[in-house]
Amino acid sequence: MTLDQIKPGNGGVIAVVGGEGALRRRLLDMGLTPNTRVEVRKVAPMGDPIELHLRGYSLSIRAEDAAKIILKEE
Amino acid sequence: MSILLALAGNQNCGKTTLFNSLTGSNQHVGNFPGVTVEKKEGAVLKHREMKLVDLPGIYSLSPYTAEEVVTRDFLLNERPDGIINIIDATNIERNLYLSLQLMELGIPMVIAMNMMDEVRASGNSINISKLSARLGVPVIPISAAHSEGIADLIAAVQKTVQGKQPPSRLDFCRGPVHRAIHSVAHIVEDHVQEAGFPLRFAASKLVEGDEPMRKALRMSTGDEQILAHIVREMEEELGTDREAALADMRYGFIEEICRESVFRHRETREQVRSERIDRLLTHKFFGIPIFLGMMLVIFWLTFSVIGAPLQELLEKGIAAGTDALANALANSGMNPLLQSLLINGVCAGVGSVLSFLPIIVLLFFFLSLLEDSGYMARVAFVMDKLLRKIGLSGRSFVPMLIGFGCSVPAIMATRTLSSERDRKLTIILTPFMSCSAKLPIYGMITAAFFPESGALVMISIYLLGMAVAVVSGLLLKKTLFKGNPVPFVMELPAYRLPSFQNVVLHMWEKAKDFIRKAFTIIFIASIAIWFLQSFDWSLNPVSDSAQSILASIGSLLAPLFVPLGFGDWRASTALITGLTAKESVVSTLSILTGSATDAQLSQALGSLFTPLSSFAFLAFTVLYMPCVAAFAASKRELGSLKSALLTALFQTGTAYLAALVLYQGGRLLFSL
Repeated sequence: MTLDQIKPGNGGVIAVVGGEGALRRRLLDMGLTPNTRVEVRKVAPMGDPIELHLRGYSLSIRAEDAAKIILKEE
Repeated sequence: MSILLALAGNQNCGKTTLFNSLTGSNQHVGNFPGVTVEKKEGAVLKHREMKLVDLPGIYSLSPYTAEEVVTRDFLLNERPDGIINIIDATNIERNLYLSLQLMELGIPMVIAMNMMDEVRASGNSINISKLSARLGVPVIPISAAHSEGIADLIAAVQKTVQGKQPPSRLDFCRGPVHRAIHSVAHIVEDHVQEAGFPLRFAASKLVEGDEPMRKALRMSTGDEQILAHIVREMEEELGTDREAALADMRYGFIEEICRESVFRHRETREQVRSERIDRLLTHKFFGIPIFLGMMLVIFWLTFSVIGAPLQELLEKGIAAGTDALANALANSGMNPLLQSLLINGVCAGVGSVLSFLPIIVLLFFFLSLLEDSGYMARVAFVMDKLLRKIGLSGRSFVPMLIGFGCSVPAIMATRTLSSERDRKLTIILTPFMSCSAKLPIYGMITAAFFPESGALVMISIYLLGMAVAVVSGLLLKKTLFKGNPVPFVMELPAYRLPSFQNVVLHMWEKAKDFIRKAFTIIFIASIAIWFLQSFDWSLNPVSDSAQSILASIGSLLAPLFVPLGFGDWRASTALITGLTAKESVVSTLSILTGSATDAQLSQALGSLFTPLSSFAFLAFTVLYMPCVAAFAASKRELGSLKSALLTALFQTGTAYLAALVLYQGGRLLFSL
């Protein structure tokens, strides 16, 4: 399951952060590292981007980038 | 002895507030050498020997954005005597991520744990002494917004810097990452010493796969191979790649120390409140209407309710001053030509522009409220998808919004975009957002032709600018700017009450900028225009401006604008002088029509334009290439004169086309 498939109000634990270059580094720097618990809070009015909650703060990323984050099977 | 201090921290952690309360209004704003990332410097209040440099708000010392590169270069090359690392205590994990990288630099450092009041108020707590012991760095709890703990912070900084105490702990890692960093440190020690870098920082960055660091060290092929081998071994052992391994190592250490020293059983009041506010402000249906409504209220307050009376007052003052000066000069028996220069050239030109100061200050007042409250990030969140369609990200919305204030800071603000492609596209499109310097032109045209429906005309021109930006964006995206849009990874900070001091300082800075512009660029332009319109080609003074040098240049260009409805030489001349600063369009038209008051100008314009052609003229002035100051900014950001010229050509061509369509379309419509 990837992060973009999670419905608002639900969450999961990160298994793998895909992507490459600046995007991937940015995701990692912002704390989206493996084994981190992340919750999807909201979807923007136009359907994208999404609002995440992790490590006690809110972060916004696009659905296409969220699709590169694979969650652990629970 | 002077002490150089660097203030570093994430975005939205109260860094500007701390900088302002440490330095007061005693600050100097400039740029880092060679780039347009803002550099603020100031002496610490009551400790003038301490010079504080405000570094850009960043999340990591990775080598991707200009802000990160500038920060790295400053810390590595200038070697400040100390670092004040400000941290948002309500968001401690992510904030400490940067701290760990800063600590590796081996520079004496103090952590200012900001927003401790919010942590305490929510019943959470942080064991400061334990945290400090585990990090090996002094940690001082503060509340920048309430100026609490500032004296303690200064005392700790003094002690740490004077004792030259670097962070006492550098190892946050275990296992394979630890082994890799130490092996690499061992083999690159000589290179690092030669380059004058801190060893631990260099080794971590090399293991992380940091290209600028690898290039800077100029290692031998053999060493490079050993490095690659060490990293490969580490990756195999961990089953992950180098970047993820290092990020994971840092966050792992942070989680460990937070487990011991941070007691956080619930979200802070501010976070709960933010969630509630966002239920409305980023609401599925109400989010966008609320944003547009807010902009409308801002413009309405700026231009009518508060701005207009202030502007009128200032205008009256300037007129009275000019009259007094004119009388004094007439009585002094000064050379009439010189009198004319001072009254008709300088006072008329600078005065007409200066009266717009209240509006500019007000606009920046509201913009800084939006920015400081945290709402600007929501704007980016809400508008991202829209901008993505034209090949940009929601973050470009912020510079574009600033573009409504002034294109110069707007173009400079594009530096926060992490992709060059997005930066360039934003620079090209931002001037289509009607800037505040164009307000005098709106004022002039609406007063003369649309006194009853001024707001409607203004809104339609603003919308026209945005529409042109969208069409141009789509066009450029399909042609010159094919490629991947930037990663959009943006924090949504908790809403906070903007600090009064921050807002006032921000307004003061912009006001100073504008006044400086009025007395330099516009001053010179006013004199130049006065000269060109007062003399003919043989440098004899002319009594009729129609005989002047300017008239002949304007007349030469005028035929070009006949299809747009404003073929009068005075209109084309005003467009030329508008390049020095858009406000000059008004002063030039005042001078060329010999109007001393706004009422006279309104009357004179009646013979230059019809209502329709005045609208086309307004559209053209809004869309054609921006003023020299903005042009200079875009040249610097685009990196070459050629790209800047092409951009200006594109903008002017677009303006011509839009005005042509408006005028000819309007004529067709009205003749039906």
